Amino acid sequence: MSDETTPMPHERGGTDKQPASSDVAKPARGGQGIGEVKGVHAASLIPEPKNAVEALVAPVAGFGVTMATLFKPVVTEQYPREKAPVEPRYHGRHQLNRYPDGLEKCIGCELCAWACPADAIYVEGASNTPEAQYSPGERYGRVYQINYLRCIFCGLCIEACPTRALTMTNEFELADQTREKLIFTKDDLLAPLREGMLAAPHPMAEGTTDGSYYQGEVTGPTADEVEWVRRNRPDEPSLESATAAAKRGSARSEGSAGAAS
Amino acid sequence: MTTTATPKPGTPAEVEGIAVTIDGVEVTVPKGTLIIRAAEQIGIQIPRFCDHPLLKPAGACRQCLVMVATPDREGNVREMPKPQASCTMEVSPGMVVSTQRTSEVADKAQHGVMELLLINHPLDCPVCDKGGECPLQNQAMSNGRTNSRFTDVKRTYPKPVKISTEILLDRDRCILCQRCTRFQAEIPGDPFIDLQGRGGGAPGGADHGMLPQQIGAYDEGVLGFAGIDGEVREAAETGQMVGPNGDPALLSGIAYTVGTAELDATGRPFASYFSGNTIQICPVGALTSATYRFRSRPFDLVSTESIAEHDASGSAIRIDHRRGVVLRRLAGDDPAVNEEWITDKDRFAFTWQALPDVIQTPLVRDEETGELVAASWSEAIALAARGLAQAADDGGVGVLPGGRLTLEDAYAWSKFARVVLGTNDVDFRARANSPEEAEFLGHAVAGVSMDVTFAGLESAPHVLLVGLEPEDEAGTIFLRLRKAVLAGRTSVSTLAPFATRGSTKVRAALVTTEPGAEATTLAAIAAGTGDHAELAESLRAEGAVILVGERLAQVPGGLTAVLELAKATGARLAWVPRRAGDRGAVEVGLLPGLLPGGRPVTDAEARVDVASAWGLDADAALPGEIGRDHAAILADAGSGELAGLLLGGIDIEDLPGAGESERAVREAGFVVQLEVRTSALSRYADVVLPVAPPTMKAGTFLNWEGRPRPFGQVFATSARSDAQVLDMLAEGMGVDLGTGSLEAVHRELSELAAWDGARQPAPAVEPSPAPVPSAGEHTVATWRLMLDAARGQDGEPYLAGTAHRPVVRVSPGTASSQGVADGDRLTVVGPLGSVTLPVLVTPMPDHVVWLPLHSPGSSLYRMLGVGSGGSVRLASAERATNGEVIR
Repeated sequence: MSDETTPMPHERGGTDKQPASSDVAKPARGGQGIGEVKGVHAASLIPEPKNAVEALVAPVAGFGVTMATLFKPVVTEQYPREKAPVEPRYHGRHQLNRYPDGLEKCIGCELCAWACPADAIYVEGASNTPEAQYSPGERYGRVYQINYLRCIFCGLCIEACPTRALTMTNEFELADQTREKLIFTKDDLLAPLREGMLAAPHPMAEGTTDGSYYQGEVTGPTADEVEWVRRNRPDEPSLESATAAAKRGSARSEGSAGAAS
Repeated sequence: MTTTATPKPGTPAEVEGIAVTIDGVEVTVPKGTLIIRAAEQIGIQIPRFCDHPLLKPAGACRQCLVMVATPDREGNVREMPKPQASCTMEVSPGMVVSTQRTSEVADKAQHGVMELLLINHPLDCPVCDKGGECPLQNQAMSNGRTNSRFTDVKRTYPKPVKISTEILLDRDRCILCQRCTRFQAEIPGDPFIDLQGRGGGAPGGADHGMLPQQIGAYDEGVLGFAGIDGEVREAAETGQMVGPNGDPALLSGIAYTVGTAELDATGRPFASYFSGNTIQICPVGALTSATYRFRSRPFDLVSTESIAEHDASGSAIRIDHRRGVVLRRLAGDDPAVNEEWITDKDRFAFTWQALPDVIQTPLVRDEETGELVAASWSEAIALAARGLAQAADDGGVGVLPGGRLTLEDAYAWSKFARVVLGTNDVDFRARANSPEEAEFLGHAVAGVSMDVTFAGLESAPHVLLVGLEPEDEAGTIFLRLRKAVLAGRTSVSTLAPFATRGSTKVRAALVTTEPGAEATTLAAIAAGTGDHAELAESLRAEGAVILVGERLAQVPGGLTAVLELAKATGARLAWVPRRAGDRGAVEVGLLPGLLPGGRPVTDAEARVDVASAWGLDADAALPGEIGRDHAAILADAGSGELAGLLLGGIDIEDLPGAGESERAVREAGFVVQLEVRTSALSRYADVVLPVAPPTMKAGTFLNWEGRPRPFGQVFATSARSDAQVLDMLAEGMGVDLGTGSLEAVHRELSELAAWDGARQPAPAVEPSPAPVPSAGEHTVATWRLMLDAARGQDGEPYLAGTAHRPVVRVSPGTASSQGVADGDRLTVVGPLGSVTLPVLVTPMPDHVVWLPLHSPGSSLYRMLGVGSGGSVRLASAERATNGEVIR
């Protein structure tokens, strides 16, 4: 049927008696003779029964699979009514992380945008100022956008990130109605403030450098940071939990200082 | 339009060739070539940081170490015991050089140097502006170790240090190559930063009581040592940015001890007009600009080669943009014009093209409210065409295109005035001018092939500057003159009321000339009498040049006298305007007496020539009498004799009698304005048609040499150039102007290029003696500083901070009679009002005062009502208060 010497229908003349399937299979499989399939009728696609038994069971033979499946465990996912778990390192939506005191980790260096093979990331940096310090050090990411219509979730961006600001979450439900909604901005991507974090901008913990932040020496907001925010943004919602965290932190450091001495 | 280069007088004689072997390849180079350049010629790249082809060798970074062997007395080639710096060593006959490619010793030495350079270099490439285009980064990858053996804490300094409002210094990143300090000392001569201290160690001399070696302004506060009064200053902080520890950045150079002389607009010591070049040549990210800081990374940027639009030098630049926004401009590399340097104005003043007042759609005056409202192009063109046609019939239309047009746009204006409006009432000069100047331009500038060039300046034995302050008015000329003077080839003299900072730096001999006395002084030089014999003699030398600035037009007889001086001495003459479009405007005949290519309108043959090129009927097609000039157009438009005005990019502040000019435009009948941004004159326009700023069109500037400087379009937009708008307007008036495309304009320009007929006659204006001010009055000397209150520098506060602080200069005699000293405030009173500025006592004639023409707080035409040569009185003096520094 599929041997290569089979002539094409138009070369044979008098093709009426031949099973039409051979006529179809050749161009479809071999990809040659495109546009040369002619005169195919739906009825001619059904194979002829070989013997009498086959002819007898033929009408119900198709239910075989159905019957067998009735007695097997169900594999259907009840998504979206039931969320299917993904592997822990699944490449989902990105997240811009924060240090424990609430400052942003992103320094606006654009290495993620540089690494991105799909050109899905757009970053603009800016200078931190004493009045508005968003990240430790001199520079922060003022604009951060990921276009999820372009993103291929390859993860090269999170490997490029020098401060581990950019990581990927397990969230994969990224469908929406408009293109605009699928361009996630910094507000969408920033990790939510966890308990005890103080929303940026606020100054760095006193006596620290950007290096101390990176090395994990800053474990939460300090009293000075809380005080600064209280003075400059009295209505900041994260103040309450940050105040408590700062108290805990200072008690802990005093304790450890006492233990050391 | 003409590109013929003249053979340079004094071409250096043939230099002896020397054969050397580099990595086994033999190459013959001229004597005196450095090894590193010889290697470049055969394509061998030796890593380097401090080496720069336009700066003197320094051997500061030691990255270019190679093994060198030379023949000894017996002729045996013997290798030197240690690697040598190839950027400081000249080739010698028979030399055998082994670079890192063939010598393991050289390779190891380079790796060692790189490791040492990187020891204290921070690993902050992700946040550094240079990251991605950094020679240190690149060569650390190509010629460095893969990992660091240094495990200790890196040395840090407080940073960034704001040396001026524009220049930021990060001393941690500096590798002490001294490119910046050498550039500033050698090229413009403004050593605002220098090498300080000695050796390594901790900052502040904690370990050994010595300052560690670093680059910076010599600022007591930043360096943390006791000043001359024995006090240790606190470093001043700026609230605009923070360092890596979250501390505020430091301000350098607060002028505790410096007088008023060299202060910038923020009260710090004046840095330089060329400071931006240090950022570009810094091989690491130690010097960055406040404007571009953290704005983008190199891979974001799309670059376009272009030409700077701020002066008549035609400097090559590179415009870098990202997503429709120009983020920075860099110097291009054009050895014939600006080499690799540009002024800070060319580098940083680009925001004006994208300010909110850039006009997006045509505006027409609403009949009911009288306000300008947005309109469609077809509506606005129809309205403008109808109004202009009516005005042309009623009494004529005056055409004032302004001096910032490209050659192509200027040509369209010229053709539009002649063909569509049928008038010669056209004048590009939006500044103080005279009929004498128009004659001078027609006689000596228009259609003259390129004669005096930058290279010609460099080889000229003597250059006389008349009415021109190159550092302020044409920075590239200043750099070339200084280069030539330092090389010992050229001497410079200048006609000015006092020795400026710029003329001191080109070691100019000052011919003290009061404003208005230039003509008589020039005549005296031509006569070669008395004090001027020596100057006249040096102007007679082969290749001597007279550079005359546009300001000489304000002196009756000045341009006549300069022509006569050139004739008498045989010196070559070049006219240097301030604006980028001025030379091109002269070339295409944007003057009442000129047609394109220097053809006089009064010459019937010239008119036939032009008419045939424009496809007009041969006879009576073009108006044959000389039209109104700038002043006459405004006066007649104001009085109603002219029924309409067609305005280009004109700033009312540039016009002498600013108030009168504004009144004239207000009173004028039908006014059409072609502008990039709404201006003061837009208020009086009936139709405003938006035209493209230079980034949104392609075109050609003609620089002062007459050299065409074509540039490409940065942004693809629907903005239309002047030529295209005028083409549409002409179509609306039923004429095919044919200037819709650059190709069409170039075709016509090349047809019109050659004119060998009669030129306009030379001006013959009797020099009038310098005005002698009556008792108690002073004569004003003035010109525009490079960085001033011009609209082209709008939207760039960092650049504005680096401008010279506006001062009023008076002589020591005047200062003592007024009872003022440096820094006191003095009020200068003119017919319209007064200007109060800090005093700077300067050796100059007693009855002369100098003020900047159009700087913040000192706009003379509007505030005083006088310009150069005008009379003013000096009034109430105010004691100096402690200068407050603006952060």
